[in-house]
Amino acid sequence: MALDELYKEVILDHYKNPRNKREMPGAVLQCSKNNPLCGDEITVFVNEDDGTIADVSFVGQGCSISQSSASMMTETVAGKSRDEVEASIGAFRGMMAGEVEADEDSFGELVALKGVVKYPVRVKCAVLAWDVLQDALAGEGEAEGSAPH
Amino acid sequence: MTEQRGPSTFDVERVKRDFPILSRTSHGKRLVYLDSANTSQKPRSVIDTITEYYERHNANLYRAVYELAEEATAMFEGARTKLATFIGAPDPDAVVFTRGTTESINLIANAWGRRFLREGDEILFSELEHHSNIVPWQLVAEATGAVTRMVPIEDDGTLDAERIEGMMTDRTKVLAISGQSNVLGTMPAIKRLAASAHAIGAIIVVDGAQLVPHNPVDVTGLNVDFLTISGHKMLGPTASGGLYGRLELLDAMAPFLGGGEMIMEVYPDHSTYKAPPHKFEAGTMNIAEEIGLASAIDYLEGLGMENVRDHERELTAYAIEALGSIGATVYGPKDPDVRGGAVSFWYKDIHPHDLAQVLDQEGVCVRPGHHCAQVLMRRLGVPATTRASFYVYNTPEDVDALIAALEKAGEFFGA
Repeated sequence: MALDELYKEVILDHYKNPRNKREMPGAVLQCSKNNPLCGDEITVFVNEDDGTIADVSFVGQGCSISQSSASMMTETVAGKSRDEVEASIGAFRGMMAGEVEADEDSFGELVALKGVVKYPVRVKCAVLAWDVLQDALAGEGEAEGSAPH
Repeated sequence: MTEQRGPSTFDVERVKRDFPILSRTSHGKRLVYLDSANTSQKPRSVIDTITEYYERHNANLYRAVYELAEEATAMFEGARTKLATFIGAPDPDAVVFTRGTTESINLIANAWGRRFLREGDEILFSELEHHSNIVPWQLVAEATGAVTRMVPIEDDGTLDAERIEGMMTDRTKVLAISGQSNVLGTMPAIKRLAASAHAIGAIIVVDGAQLVPHNPVDVTGLNVDFLTISGHKMLGPTASGGLYGRLELLDAMAPFLGGGEMIMEVYPDHSTYKAPPHKFEAGTMNIAEEIGLASAIDYLEGLGMENVRDHERELTAYAIEALGSIGATVYGPKDPDVRGGAVSFWYKDIHPHDLAQVLDQEGVCVRPGHHCAQVLMRRLGVPATTRASFYVYNTPEDVDALIAALEKAGEFFGA
């Protein structure tokens, strides 16, 4: 696989110019997680309004895959209802497990992360932000990642 | 490159040809293997030894009376003698076979620590240590009421013997220390520290996972109490290795695993145990692996450990200079005389995982991550590093390939 198939331009763009990368003081829902394998850290902040995601942001550090995935995630879920967000999280996990044929119509920019599937070690990086979002929505505070070694 | 050091049989191009895997490609490029601190590649002679063992001699040890079993037993015990001689142990019985350093330290922490550590006793370890020289001690401290204390490294990544000695008290019972750091290459003054530990009645446990594969080692001269050995990092098979322990200590220790082959007599209410090393070798051992390790030692002795050290010293010096010249930050001591060939670095703010991925596409194998040394990573102030590490089959061209791949990564990420 050529490098630019894994590191699509979209990924590098979100890595270098992350969207919604900011603290959100007073956020109702907030959760932090890290992936001890590589030291990736993500904190996700969420404010809801009448059952939809009114505002979502993240801060963190890590590799281009984990950080670009977080950036794209915030754009994907903003303005969605909880059910829609759950569906997005499920669909993204499905793509990362290689179970869902990802196309641009349903995944938008996220389809750029499809190449990660071929690198099992990096899948953990890509799903980290989504795990944190799910835990934040479930009202969990801080959690530790479970990657081994 | 070692010509000026007298007659040497070390010819790296010839050495490379002894390692079949080095003739393959990776992503269509020449394979550049710079991850020997993780695990080493294996020469043809080791692979052949294992094959021959299974084709000609395979049987379980000690208990059978037929020819095959006698051959297997002789080969296995021969491997013990070979390993003992290789590390300067006075007696083969002082060498216990284990799966490697992790199992060895767990054995020492449990079989020695649980018997001899008391509440309030202190276990000293350094900030450099691999998790396998921290966690077993934390577990035994929890079980016995002993406490662990950490000796910090200096800003240049070295360990100051005086600082370690200054932290020793009359409650210090164990100094657990790496012989050579798997992240920074740092080589603490083991001989001096052994004497200091003994002066206050403590034992010294040396994690030899990186020391033994890359340096001449003499446990008698160093006067250490325990030294652990990972065979797979010294051209041997995975799950080969062992530990050296002073015989009086091995004698006094409790068994570790109970079961077959470690006993003398078993009754319903108690059992008696064999003398070391068999007291610590319950169940069927990694027979083929330890015999393979003996073959690896033959190979290393053929090269000469002084020559191995010299070769790596020159490569390490070359790599540190080359990395510096492209703006990479190298962690740890810069003087190759006081460090080994594990070179950790940070390059242009590209995350180590991204860096290693680009390097992989160029056929260059390095390790990104915390290297099982999270305590040290926190001190360095980084979540991870990229590490290149060298062994007998590496060449200056491998370093050049690393540098070229790094520059490519820099361009790719626009850093």
